[in-house]
Formats: sequence, C-alpha cells, structure tokens
Amino acid sequence: MRAAALARNVGHAFGENRLTLAAVAILIVLLTCAGFGHALAPYDPLTTDGAAKLLPPNAAHPFGTDALGRDILSRVIVAARLDIGMAISAVLLSFAAGLALGAAAGYFGGWTDRIIGRLMDTIMAFPLFVLAMGIVAALGNSVLNIILATMIINLPFYCRFARGEVNVRRELGYVEAARMGGNRAVPVLIRHIIPNILPPMMVQASLNMGWAILNAAGLSFIGLGVRPPTPEWGIMVSEGASYIISGEWWTFVFPGAALVLAVFCFNLLGDGLRDLLDPRRRI
Amino acid sequence: MTGQLQIDRLSLVFRTRHGAVRALEDVSLSIERGEILGVVGESGSGKSVLAYAVIGLQDPAAEVLGGRILFGGLDMLAASEQARADVRGRELAMIFQSPRTALNPIRKVGRQIEDILRQHANVSSGELRRHAINALARVRIPDPERRYHAYPFELSGGMCQRVMIAMALACSPFLLIADEPTTGLDVTTQAVIMDLIRDLSRSARMSTLLITHDLGLAGEYCDRIAVMHAGHVVEVASVEKLLDHPAHPYTQQLLGATPTPQSTIEGLTAIPGQLPDLRHDLPACRFSARCARRVAACEERPLPWVSIGPDHLVRCQVPL
Amino acid sequence: MKPPLLEARGLSKHYPVGNRRRRAMLHAVDEVDLVIGRGECVGLVGESGCGKSTLVRLLARLIDPTAGTIVLDGADTTAVSQSRFVGMPDRARIQVVFQDPTESLNPAFRVFKAIADPLLQLLGLRDRPKLAARVHRAADLVGLPRELLTRYPHQLSGGQRARVGIARAIAVEPSLLILDEPTSALDVSVQAVILHLLADLRAALGMSYLFVSHDLNVVRLLCSRIVVMYLGRVVETAPTDVLFTAPRHPYTQALISAIPDPARRGEQRPRLDGSPRSPVDPDPKTCRFHGRCPIGTDRCTGAMPALRPFGEAHFTACHFA
Repeated sequence: MRAAALARNVGHAFGENRLTLAAVAILIVLLTCAGFGHALAPYDPLTTDGAAKLLPPNAAHPFGTDALGRDILSRVIVAARLDIGMAISAVLLSFAAGLALGAAAGYFGGWTDRIIGRLMDTIMAFPLFVLAMGIVAALGNSVLNIILATMIINLPFYCRFARGEVNVRRELGYVEAARMGGNRAVPVLIRHIIPNILPPMMVQASLNMGWAILNAAGLSFIGLGVRPPTPEWGIMVSEGASYIISGEWWTFVFPGAALVLAVFCFNLLGDGLRDLLDPRRRI
Repeated sequence: MTGQLQIDRLSLVFRTRHGAVRALEDVSLSIERGEILGVVGESGSGKSVLAYAVIGLQDPAAEVLGGRILFGGLDMLAASEQARADVRGRELAMIFQSPRTALNPIRKVGRQIEDILRQHANVSSGELRRHAINALARVRIPDPERRYHAYPFELSGGMCQRVMIAMALACSPFLLIADEPTTGLDVTTQAVIMDLIRDLSRSARMSTLLITHDLGLAGEYCDRIAVMHAGHVVEVASVEKLLDHPAHPYTQQLLGATPTPQSTIEGLTAIPGQLPDLRHDLPACRFSARCARRVAACEERPLPWVSIGPDHLVRCQVPL
Repeated sequence: MKPPLLEARGLSKHYPVGNRRRRAMLHAVDEVDLVIGRGECVGLVGESGCGKSTLVRLLARLIDPTAGTIVLDGADTTAVSQSRFVGMPDRARIQVVFQDPTESLNPAFRVFKAIADPLLQLLGLRDRPKLAARVHRAADLVGLPRELLTRYPHQLSGGQRARVGIARAIAVEPSLLILDEPTSALDVSVQAVILHLLADLRAALGMSYLFVSHDLNVVRLLCSRIVVMYLGRVVETAPTDVLFTAPRHPYTQALISAIPDPARRGEQRPRLDGSPRSPVDPDPKTCRFHGRCPIGTDRCTGAMPALRPFGEAHFTACHFA
C-alpha cells in the first residue's frame, strides 16, 4: 500500500511538472555515466593519438578530439564519476554536519547557538571560493581535499538553514506535546523535529548540488585539485580555453555543456523534490 | 423601500484546481439605514466571502455567477473599478479581524488616519491633524494627542482595533462592514469595542454589517441576524424572533450548541454531520444531509424563501 | 482527609528582559497558590498575557519555576529540573491537551504513532500487541474511528484532530489533565461535541481537570471552581455559581459583565477600559489592577492585597471586596 501511495505521489509530482521529468532523465544519464563510464566510453579517455590531434566533431569522434588526440566524448563521460562523486560527497557531508550543528544551535540556543553562530560567521567572512582555494592549497591537491574544501564552504548554508527551521519549530505545540510524552531533548530533535525539516533541507541540498559541482570543477579549472591527465570537466574546460581564439570550440564547449547540464539538472530536481516531499501533499 | 445595502440573489464560485467551490448561492440580504445586521455562521459558511464581495475586493479566483449588490443605488458589481474605489473608504468602510496586520507598521497611526482623510474627504491640509485627533477621540482613545504619534506596535490589540475603527469612520461612511472585529481580543476589550461600534452606528445613523461566528455576540448587539450555512443564508429575522423562535433547524441547533450564561453541559447539543463539500454536486437544501426533519420536498429546486411572519424569512420546506 | 492531588505554593516565573545596561524582570507568574482536588475540575480564566499559559507550562513541568513548589500526590515534582523530570514516572501523571489541534500534532506522524509515542517513551511499552491495544482503547474512549489511525493529521477534520490530541494525552492515564483552551480553535458545533466528550471522559476515568479558557461560558459548563488570574496573580477563586452570581473582585465583576448575553441586550453595563499595567518589574506594593480598577485608592498603591477568605472556598485579593 505504501509503495502504491509513493508511486502515486511520484506520478503526481511529475505530472504537474514536466521539467522535473526532464531533470530526472538527465540525472539518469549522468548517473549511468558516473557508474559505467569506462564501459560506455567508446575510447580510453587517457590514450593519446598523435595522428588525430584537435579533430572537429565527426562520425568517429562525435565531440572531436583534444590537443593530444584524446576522444573528448569518452573523457566527458568518464569525468562524470569524479565530478558528481565529489559534489555528492561534499554535499552529503555538509548536509549532515550542518544539520547536526544547526539543529543543536536552534534547539538549545544560548551558548551553543552563539559559538556555532560565530564559527559560521567566520567561514562566511571569507570570499567562499578564495577560502576553498586556500584550504586546498594548504592541505594539498587531492580529491579528498577538494571534497573537504567544498564541504566547509557549504557548511554555513546548511547550518543556518537547519537552525532557522528548528528554531521556528521549537515552540510549536507538537514539540511541547513530544516533551509531555516523555521525549528528552535529543529524541525530540531526532524523532520529532528533524523528520519535519528534512524535506526543505533536501530541496536546499539539491539546489546547492549544482553549486558544489561548479565549485569542485572551478578548483580544478584554476589548477588546484585534480591534476591532468585525469578526465575532469573543469580541467577539460581549462585546457580547451587556450583554443578559444584559434577556433577549436569543441575542446571546451562539450565539457562546459556537461557542467551546465549537471547544474541545471540538480536545480530542476530541487524544485521537483519540493513538491514531492511536502508532507501536506502526501496521499 | 430599498435599504442602504441590498444584496439580490448573489451567487459566487471560486475556480480552483480541485474544481469550482460554490461559496455563495442565491444570497439575498438588505440593511436599512442605521441598522446593525449580524451575519452568523461557522467557518466555511461563506460569511467572509460575502463581506469581501460587497466591498469588491474579492479573490481573483472568485467569479460572480449572478445577482446584484446595490449600495445606495450603485450597482457594485457592474460599476467601474474607479467608481467602486470612490465608494470604498468614503461611503463604505471595513474593519478586519487582525487590526495589527491591517495597519502600516512603520507609519504613525495619526498619519495613517490623515492619509484616509486626504484621499476621501475634503479636508484642507491645515485641518488634517485636528480631524485625525478628533477621529481618535471619537473612538474613545484616551489622550488622543499623544496617541496620534504612536506606532501600531506601541498599542495593544484593542487600541489597534480602535484605530482601525477610527480610520474606517474618519469619512463618516454610510455602511461599516466589521469582519470578526473582536476575534482574538479579550472579552473585556471585546465588550468595549462592540459598545463603541453600536453607539457610533446609533449616533451617526450608520449601517453596520457584523460578520461573526458568535451567536451570543450577535444576539446582544445586532438588530437583525442572518444565519449562514454552507453558502446559503438559511434564516433572517429580528434578534428576538431568531433567538426565541428559530424557524430553521440549523439555527435551532446552532443555538443549542452555543454556550450562554444560562446553559448547562446537559443542555448543550451538538450538530450532527459536517458541512458538505462545496466542490461537489449539492442538494437544493445544503443542510438536508444533517437535518432530522428532512422530507421528500427538500430535494425540490429552487429552495424557497418562506415568510413566517413580518420580517422573518427562512429557507426551509418544513420550518419549525 | 486525603491530601489534594496537586498543590502549588508560591509559584513564580520571571523572565529577564531588557539589555545589558537596564536589566529588568518580566513577572509572568507571581506567587500563585493553586490546589486541585482529586476528581475536581478547576477552571482558569484571565485575559491574554495574564500568565495563564506560563502557569500551565509550569504545572506541566515544561519550564522550571523561578520560585515555588508543585506537590503532586505528596511528592515534590519541583525537586528536579524539568529536563530530569522528563524521564521520571511522574511525568505521565500530568498531561496537557494543547490549544491548537493542528499545530500540536506532528505532521510527519500518523495518528497511531502520535498516540503511541507517549506510551512508548513514558511507559516503555515495547510489546507491539499491548501497545496497539492501548492505542485502540484510547481511540475508542475519544470516539476516534480506528480506520483513522493510519491517517496523517492533515487528512483529518478539526474535530478529529482535537480527538487525537485528547487521546494522546489520556493514553498514559494521567491523574491530572490540563486543557489549554481545548476548543478555542473549533467551531461551536464541534466545540459542543468535544465538551461533552471531556465531561464523559472525566466521569469514566476519574481524572482531575485544569480547564484553561478565555471563554467564561465554556468554563462554566465543566468546572466546579474557577480561578481568575490578572497580570500573573490570582485575584479571585470561588465555586462556579458563586463566582458568576456574586463576584467580589472588581476585575472578576468586569469580566462577568463583559460576557455577551442576548438576554441583557441594550443594557448599559459597566465596562473595563484602559490597558493593564506593565508586567516588567512591577511595584510589589501596588495592586496589579490599580489604574484600570474603578475603585483604586491610595490603599491600593500602599500594600498588595492578599487573598482573603469570603465564605466557603471563596478567596478574593482586594482591599475593598
């Protein structure tokens, strides 16, 4: 019965918004690339071919080849795993940490709130991309550090959101009723408040995901982060950028388009999720 | 004789995604000069929709299917927006349920009254301030010179409602529409505000349409009462007749369910059933599904207006 | 004679307000004494901001008092802080039915879970069939059809939500049920049903009620004794019929005369005008009603009137009562 109700909800959300359906289709494509990129790619993304340098899109290489003769389509497909993987890991981490910190700040108030608040203000005081650059530069170029940097600069966003949502619910009747029903502070938060703030948080996370992808790709673009020859959209755009003047547009347009598509997809999904997760619309 | 306000067979629906809500059907009412008419009903009865239809500020989803609203000879539904806007504020005023949100929070209350005077009354700018202070004094606000400079947040809920009334009455309207004016106020403040509305309408020969869910309140302050149920006016009568000899089964049950200073828990009766869903096909009499007196004739359309005495109308095939 | 079920003595709650330079205390509840007998139904009335809600939260042990004690069945519940009290067995003995039935139900919990939660947390009822039996019994007691147990709150009508709120509170079989404006969000037709339900439940389960309302017509119906609060203090308490026919405190008199009554239409009645005094750092020697009170003499600013007895179970805090 629950499965049927869920299916009805999903159908309802999609029926109302065709764009969400498109976003889900893009997401499936992206996730397939991320999961089975190596098997799907027509060529090895790292194999260079001196005879096939900077070929424009053609039947053999639909997206053309780059300066080293590598197939751009294969590189775009294989890069999906790294780019989306980094963004998802970073968003999940900042979601969890931001939820925990924000919920504690919002529920307990007082000193907890002040300390967490100042900490987030400190992060927000920096231009966020510069802060991310600094973190990666200090800790070293690695995928893990890119994830960490992206997580830290996203943290205040989730933390403040969770704090606000918990704060308005703290005084609500059902929270007082939960306390009357014998729930201590932590169970009140975990069992009663957090399930109610998850839907809006998840919408925010989905909207934020596109930004996380751009951030990770951006770090690679400026040379901090993943190193060549690893296929990654940011590096590919960066490498292709030197051909803007000479006219080899395919070198940066296709990886750039992949980035745009991924960001667009998560933003649309955010809107769709909002409809889907609204408990008032559950059947 | 035509009244100050005459509503003739007004029908109104809301077009929503989930179908048309038949919010008002065949509503007829009239108010005489200087009279206080109470419109009483539970939530969903359409009493607020009616008030908003009269002032012409209804929701964009609302669609008038038929009927007329005549105000001092002007057909409010056919008139241009400009003509209606002229009437609003000068001849017709409204006060709302939550006075604090209806006032501009960053403007002194005296200034807000001046704004109304400047727009609708021919008051020279030098006289504005004196008129505004007079308006505050008229609603018995103590120390009006000082309150003139107050911001809404500095005043209590009761004081805010008095300011709203002062604004509504600033241009001496012919008709005041009061939509639950005392809901959310304390019972002692409610009594003061209602006394004020009653005394002002008596002294200025102003008509008042009082929208309320409280039959006891309407019973104390109104001259006549119209009872609404599910978008129908089911009974209109003078207060004495309505309270002592209700003719519609719903009125009788509403009286039985309303606690008064004389009632006991044993004497308090509930009304069985629920309001019908106004989106579905509805029977001629929208109360018939909850009614113990239902007969076959209740299915017949149109639902008649039965006169059971001077100034006592009821929409029921088998009145009590 | 058995001791009363609940006895509150000198209960106060003060909140700090103002900034660092000017510290002040808001006296939400001040030195309130309240006794509730076994099986008794006490009404609590007063205007908004008079401290009714704070007193309810104090008695329900949702907040800690600044001063005073609450003795429940001979045991001092104020001996531990409210955060410790949450886990104690006595927690189940006082339950609250909250004002707004919509706001007081967790939108993510189905009705069954809403009623089962206090049983799980307070009584540790982990055994599924036993839990279900208790939930079903509570639902039956409040007349909630069992098929509604799988619904979410937004799928219920206002009256059904009110029943869920009551079922949740009585499921753990409290000895004192605090009803905080239980019908103020409901239409009169539903209100009548809920009032009958509450009257029947008390007869069936032998609970004591503290019935909080701003509507004196409603309080009258269920309560045998009424407590009137004004600005954080109890100004009068009397058996219901005495309070309505012979109120002694000028505030109570104004309150009674303000009840709309078609039977007294057109009558010019004395009205209470003006606004209440500030509850921030009030003068401990001045009667809180002074300034609005039609009597108001020098005596009222010289000494705070204490509750004095006037006949059986009738106490009034006024120099001129």
